[in-house]
Amino acid sequence: MKDLFAVVMLLGIYSLLSASFFVAMDAVDVAFTEAAVGAGISTLLMLVVITMTGRSEKTTRHKPWLALLVVVFTGGVLIYGTFDMPYFGIADAPIHSHVAPRYINESMKEIGIPNIVTSVLASYRAFDTFGEVVVIFTAGIGVMALLSVGRRPEEDEKTTAINDSMHEEYLVIRIVTKMLIPFILLYALYVQFHGDFGPGGGFQAGVIFAAAIILYTMLFGLTTARKVINQSFIQFIAAAGVLLYGCVGIVSMLNGANFFDYNVLASDPVAGQHLGILLIEWGVGCTVASVMIMIFFNFAGRREMQQNNEKVNNIEGDSL
Amino acid sequence: MISHLPILQVIVPLMAAPICLLLKRSQLVWLFSLFASAIAFIISVLLLQQVMTSGVISYELGGWEAPWGIEYRIDKLNAFLLLIISAISTVVLIAAQTSIEKEIPKEKHTLFYILYLLSLTGMLGIVSTGDAFNVFVFLEISSLSAYALIALGQDRRALWASYQYLIMGTIGATFILIGIGLMYQMTGTLNMQDLSQRLPEVAQTRTVFTAFAFVIVGVCLKLALFPLHLWLPNAYAYAPSIVTAFFAATATKVAIYLLIRFTFTVFGLSFSFTTLPLQGLFLLLGLTGIFVASSAAIYQNNVKHVFAYSSIAQVGYIIVGLSTSTITGLTATLLHLFNHALMKSAIFLALGAVVYRLGNVQLSSFNGLGRQMPLTMAAIVIGGLSLIGVPLTVGFVSKWYLLTALLEKGWWPVAILILLGSLLAVIYVWRIVEAAYFKKPLADSVPVKEAPLFFLIPIWLLITANIYFGIDTRLSLQVASAAAQSLFGVSP
Repeated sequence: MKDLFAVVMLLGIYSLLSASFFVAMDAVDVAFTEAAVGAGISTLLMLVVITMTGRSEKTTRHKPWLALLVVVFTGGVLIYGTFDMPYFGIADAPIHSHVAPRYINESMKEIGIPNIVTSVLASYRAFDTFGEVVVIFTAGIGVMALLSVGRRPEEDEKTTAINDSMHEEYLVIRIVTKMLIPFILLYALYVQFHGDFGPGGGFQAGVIFAAAIILYTMLFGLTTARKVINQSFIQFIAAAGVLLYGCVGIVSMLNGANFFDYNVLASDPVAGQHLGILLIEWGVGCTVASVMIMIFFNFAGRREMQQNNEKVNNIEGDSL
Repeated sequence: MISHLPILQVIVPLMAAPICLLLKRSQLVWLFSLFASAIAFIISVLLLQQVMTSGVISYELGGWEAPWGIEYRIDKLNAFLLLIISAISTVVLIAAQTSIEKEIPKEKHTLFYILYLLSLTGMLGIVSTGDAFNVFVFLEISSLSAYALIALGQDRRALWASYQYLIMGTIGATFILIGIGLMYQMTGTLNMQDLSQRLPEVAQTRTVFTAFAFVIVGVCLKLALFPLHLWLPNAYAYAPSIVTAFFAATATKVAIYLLIRFTFTVFGLSFSFTTLPLQGLFLLLGLTGIFVASSAAIYQNNVKHVFAYSSIAQVGYIIVGLSTSTITGLTATLLHLFNHALMKSAIFLALGAVVYRLGNVQLSSFNGLGRQMPLTMAAIVIGGLSLIGVPLTVGFVSKWYLLTALLEKGWWPVAILILLGSLLAVIYVWRIVEAAYFKKPLADSVPVKEAPLFFLIPIWLLITANIYFGIDTRLSLQVASAAAQSLFGVSP
């Protein structure tokens, strides 16, 4: 398929389908993340890229037979590997009988929150989650290192005028969006704090929060959005999220326990676990939201610069 | 605080990274990163001491015991690798500020140091952890930051090189993840120690074979084993010099560590080398790698390319050492990890100094450089001699142990091939020596001065280490053989 727009849309549909697939397998937390990240924000980011690179793929002359061979072979090996797998959903499969029973039976007593998934990712395996947050932080820094254009040149009136006129036409969408944004933000906060009891948590909340800001940026222009949230503020929040998460670990270390041992954060172990999970989820939410916004701003900034250059060139061409 | 050393090893550079984002001023950020890296180095020295005297250290993150929570498990092998990585990182950072002044635009300096620290964190995290999934998480941190660091190179081709690395690296990481997933499915655990106990029960299933294949291929992509090495030469040649010096010495070493960890600890020696034909495969690929890459190195005109291909050849030696699957062979492999890190970081730092003065590293610009930058060129020559394996350098020590291991095994044809491989190294090193010392400078070239002090100090620190550990092998050999013995389950 040569039309990249269609490719991106198909990818989005693929993510949405796999999200429903996860729901069917009772993994609602994973499904939620897949829907928010895979179908939501990554589709959006890829669309921004398409506006910069053009809609259709360049034709290449070489035929990728070797690559096809490798892919088919890998697929074959994967299918070969499935032959001796335990059947799906069988009760005495190793994954159900070794580590999992403790999570299911003891987590309510040890951690005291009903969503076992949150218990596992935020307490039993908190360090993995910390690593994931750092991965996201790294991605944000990487995008910034590659795309940031340094000091933005002072915008002259000509370009700002073009910017404003660009968005005048979508009046209905603008008004509807304005009404929706508070609810999206509120929903993000709900997801953030409800992660202990139902599907949700910092990752999903951060992405939803960022989606609201990105929606605003798309309709009201980057310059307007930058007035609300400037680059250094976003950077500060991204770093603060990682630091908050890490500091929870350091505080428990200073209290004489191991890194990320929340039991010592309050007088009662279960209360300590609650506090620890609350704080680290905040850290996750802050970093995820701000990194997503940061990545979008950098992409959009590139695109706007490109467009301005083209338009200014056109205007100058016309006036000649 | 001593009991927290394993986690501090990773947490110190990790927390330093976001703090750098808040500090902003480039000079300050440099000093702060250097400070963080130096602390990591001190911690690694303390850890090594502790492990050598009192054995394996286990640290339970979050206070949850092993298969349920994540465990940091430092044995002799990890401690040795931690020492290599943090030491090289610290020494290389000394030259960083001077080098990137010329190579990276000013407003990106802070981001550069953040990415550098993150990549250090990733590597230290991969090495310290005893949990298979945690490996993947830190692998992502180190790879993502590596892609961005390489793309920061001033040559526009750096972007393409980084993109190639990104695609190959992501495939590698995905393969590792698939392998870990399959292992989890068959055993229900992610802890490496636990895996090694539970895998033998299910070892004869096709799922475990597949898991093994995916993990090994994934790791081999990361360590640039021939024929999966295609991403490496350009990535090393077009990255900023500091990044090349750091990665050439550490990144492939971490992948080799993973290979050793998975084959020896997780799957077990007999499964990896007897049940499955890894031994013959490694021997064949290692040897081909040595010859193909060394021959390619001879025909390169960009000196960074020369040494990048030489790195692939050195990976070949390391893999040949592994394929013997004897204690001596493994000792040789581990020694060469350490020694190769010393040689390559010294050489690439010296090349960084050449870039600082000349702006490029084409072989033709080296003409007459022996007189203009005597100290830098001398460092490259000594590093090159070490690569060849001349006595009194570290290269000799590891080649000696490799040959001993091969002869012990009775593989004398392989030993002869290894010696022939060294002759190829003589040729590519000689081309540089010839240009620098025996050719007249080009007519239109501007004479240059010796490299600045901030380059010479770390370069000569590393060169001194090259010679010191080539003569006094007690420290490196003792640790390497102790680590090898513990991997074979022999108590020293």
